[in-house]
Formats: sequence, C-alpha cells, structure tokens
Amino acid sequence: MKRRDFIQKVSAGTTALAAVGSLGLQSFSTTPQATKITILHTNDVHSHIDTFGPDEGRNANKGGVARRASLIEAIRTKNPNTLLLDAGDIFQGTPYFNYYGGELEFKLMSKLKYDLATIGNHDFDNGIDGLYSQLPHAKFGFVSANYDFSNTVMNTHVKPYQIFKRDGVKIGVFGLGIELRGLVGEKLYKETKYLDPIEISQDMTRILKDEENCDLIICLSHLGYNYRNNPDKISDLKLAAATKDIDLIIGGHTHTFLPKPTVVKNSENSNVLVNQVGCYGLYLGQIDFHFDANKNKSANGTSIIV
Amino acid sequence: MVRFTKFNLVFFFSILLIAFGCKSEKLHLNKIEGQRLDINQTVSPNADIEAFIAPYKNRIESDLDSVLAYAVDTYSKNDGELNTAIGNLMADIVRTQGNIVFNKRTGHTIDVVILNHGGIRAEIPKGPVSARTAYNVMPFENEIVVTGLKGEKIDEAIDYLVSRKRANPIAGLKIVVDKNYNLISATINDEKINPNKIYYFATSDYLYNTGDNMTFFQPNEEFYEIDYKIRNAMIDYFKKADTIAPVIDDRFIIK
Repeated sequence: MKRRDFIQKVSAGTTALAAVGSLGLQSFSTTPQATKITILHTNDVHSHIDTFGPDEGRNANKGGVARRASLIEAIRTKNPNTLLLDAGDIFQGTPYFNYYGGELEFKLMSKLKYDLATIGNHDFDNGIDGLYSQLPHAKFGFVSANYDFSNTVMNTHVKPYQIFKRDGVKIGVFGLGIELRGLVGEKLYKETKYLDPIEISQDMTRILKDEENCDLIICLSHLGYNYRNNPDKISDLKLAAATKDIDLIIGGHTHTFLPKPTVVKNSENSNVLVNQVGCYGLYLGQIDFHFDANKNKSANGTSIIV
Repeated sequence: MVRFTKFNLVFFFSILLIAFGCKSEKLHLNKIEGQRLDINQTVSPNADIEAFIAPYKNRIESDLDSVLAYAVDTYSKNDGELNTAIGNLMADIVRTQGNIVFNKRTGHTIDVVILNHGGIRAEIPKGPVSARTAYNVMPFENEIVVTGLKGEKIDEAIDYLVSRKRANPIAGLKIVVDKNYNLISATINDEKINPNKIYYFATSDYLYNTGDNMTFFQPNEEFYEIDYKIRNAMIDYFKKADTIAPVIDDRFIIK
C-alpha cells in the first residue's frame, strides 16, 4: 500500500487525525521543498510570423516565430515548469492572416506549445465565425471570463479560467477582453456580451483562491495597459488596483513596450505585477515565481526583482 | 484492509507530526523575477519551424509579387499641393470599384469620395505593380462605406477639406480656393451643389467613424456598408488596368 493512501485511510477513520490532516496533506504528498514556475508571454503578435526585414525601421531584423521557438525551447529545457501564454490579437497585420485566416498563427503557436491564450479585438476580424473555424488548428485553450459567448458559435470553446499544476504548484489563469462595441463591427462579434472586468475579476479570484486553492493567480488581459487621456476607461493598472489576490496581469492591446513589469498595489495593499511586451513578437516576457516551503525565509514576504 | 495496532497508529501519527512540523505551511511565494527577452539576431531560428512556414510563405510571395500592371512613374503623396496623382488614383479607384458593388446593391451611384492623406502609407514605385504594392500603400483592413449627405453636412465636409490645406484624396468634388484659402467654388460632378439633394459620399469605415476628425459623415441621411476593402478594390483595379498613370489635376486648387 502506498504511504499516501494509507494516511488518508487513517485520517478517515480517526477524527483527531482528520482535523490535523486537512491542514497540509496535499503539500505533504506532492510538494517539493522549493520550486520555480516560469511564465513566458507574448501579446499582439498580429500575424507577424517572419522576422522583420533589414529596411523596416526600428523593428528591422527583430522578431520572428522561428527565433521565438528557439528561445522558448531553451527556457523550457532549463525549467520544465514553464507556462507559455498569449494575451490576444494573434490575428491581423500581415498577408499571412489575409491568406490563411489565422490557420498558420494557430498551428505555429501549437508547435511552440502555447498553453493558453485570451481573445483580442482583432481576433474577431474575420468575424466570430472566422475565429471559430480556426479552432481546430489550436492545440491550446482559450480563456475569457468577461465575454459571454453563450449565444454564439464560440459557446463552450472558451472557458473563464484554466488551472495548471506544475511541480505541485496550482496556477489559475483567467482571461479578460476589451469592450467590443465601437472597436469591432457588431456584425463581426455578433451576440458576444461584454461583462464588467472588475466584477468578473472579483468572482474569478474568489473561485481560484478560495474554492480552487490556487497558489498563483494570473490574469490574461486584453484590456490595455493604461489610458492617460481617458482615466475612467478600465485598464490593467486600474484593474490591478481595484482587485485582490491577483499575482500577475499579462496585458495587451495598447502595444505598450514595458522594459520591466510594473508593480502596482492592489486593494489590500499587496503587490501585483503588470506586464506587457509591446507587439509583433519582438520580445518575450519572462516572469519567474520562486516558491519555498521554508517558514522562516518566507516570513519576510515576497521579494520582487524586476 | 489493513488493521491498525496501537503501535502502528502512534508510529504514523509521529510521522505526520514530523511532516507538519516542517511543512505545515502552504507553498510560499518567496521571490518574483521579471525580465524582457529580446528576439533579435542573437537568437538562432528553429529550422523545423522555418521549414513548416516555408510553403505558406512561398505561396504568398509568388502571389503578391506577380505583376498586375505597370506604373509609368513613381507616385508619392508628397508630389502635389492640394491634390496628388497617387491620392487622385486612390479616390478614383474607390469611386470606380466601390460603385460596382454600391450600384448593384442600391441602384444609387457614388457622387463623391473623401479619403485622408495620412492613409496613403507608401508610394507606388515606377515599374511593375503587384498586390504587394496595394498592401504597402494600404496595409489597413479599411472597408469602403457609403453615406448619403445633404446641405449642411456637405458644407462641413468642404470646410474640413479647405481648412486642412492638405491633399486629402477626393473624387467627384471640385474645390477652388483663393490664395488665403477662402472658398471660391465647390461643385459635385461639375454641377452646382443642390442643398436639398442627397449626395452619396464614399469613404473608409475608419474615417466614417470620425477618424482624422472627419466628423461630418454623421449624422446622415443614409448609410451603407458594402463589404469591400479598399486594398481589394486597388488589387481588382490593378488587375483590370494595363498601365497606372495618374495625374495631378484641377479637383482641388488655388486660383
């Protein structure tokens, strides 16, 4: 009999033990002493598959999916506990999209072993049916918690959140999309309903923290980093400040080139990281989360090195 | 089922205590590190991925680069003061090609086209013209839309064009100003503008939605989407045309 099974049987039969057991059996059985989770991310790649040509201004000789593949592979080899995420606007920007409708983008992301993506406004550019028709080419999932797709073809193909377990660490990732009205033609997004990102995030963090007991909560957002000229518009910075229990917001939409993640205080005065890596696959974002089970070390809180 | 002796229970209880003694905490987030990685020449491309892309790429390249027409000269949006050869070509293409769809759908005819100077993103170089030329000049996915305007809205449109002092591409409309940019005359299809008549203005969906501050398209009398991208209109026009030889003319001039 395996030790874990045996302990569970003991606790099931002994009231005193069961009460103790509920505190930490999970970490006892599966969690190692210390581990590192690596999050890699892109956003607004906009069908940029080839490396930019030598004459293409400030982007010259940058980007390219084949190079990104090598970089990701090297990082994964070093740390298999890696998640690869995309914050939307996968489509639109080069003839690859006009010719193949997103097929090549999804096939390549599958080859690069993307784990999850959210949906950007440009991913509706061939209509919601155009997006749906490319789904068979995607071997990764889509999350969006504030788009209600129930009256559309995308219904059941997009989850509000997805949970990953890497080396005993439970990682919950939920998605947020930008308001489509005024940005995307109605005939393209059809009956997709946009729900309030802050309210939805509060639901998501409650589910992921309290019900699913995630160790790490990541928001994959296409809301945009910040709107200086429109301070009432919801953005990643506003979302970070208005919510709690989110560890990292990976953003997109505004093509914001952040040299390093922004640290924002949330509603409980805890730190949230907000990151975005511009656009067109010129950069790859990397965030490493170091977990430790050692009580004494962790008494000092979490150090952030950016 | 295993039967527990007293000894066994004590034994396992102590194991549990030891375990909880050092690991009763949930995993603790100790440190976060963030960095941005450059995807540049220092990263060598993955050969399998390149090979996978190749057939997709080759098809586009052969398609985009096949010659559709010839440009007799190089046309740039900077050649000309209030109207340019390339701008006139663009506006005329939107009128000619757009009208094929618009007329079939509505029975009406496009009277005027207004585009924006900033929307011309590249010049048309002398020599072979291909679909890639159209992608370079018009990389955006903007579609042609048609709106029915009359009276004041048409005056607003003319005021906009005059006040900008810029070669925003137009067709169907003729504007003459004096050297101080006071309006001397404005005609549509070479006739005096009838303030009570609805004229059909074609533009891009971007400009219709107040892009470049063109606020005069709304509110309007009528509105039609024709599901035709400006770039596709250009490609279709290039396919029909033998030579591309637009000229600077008298559609917007200073007298």
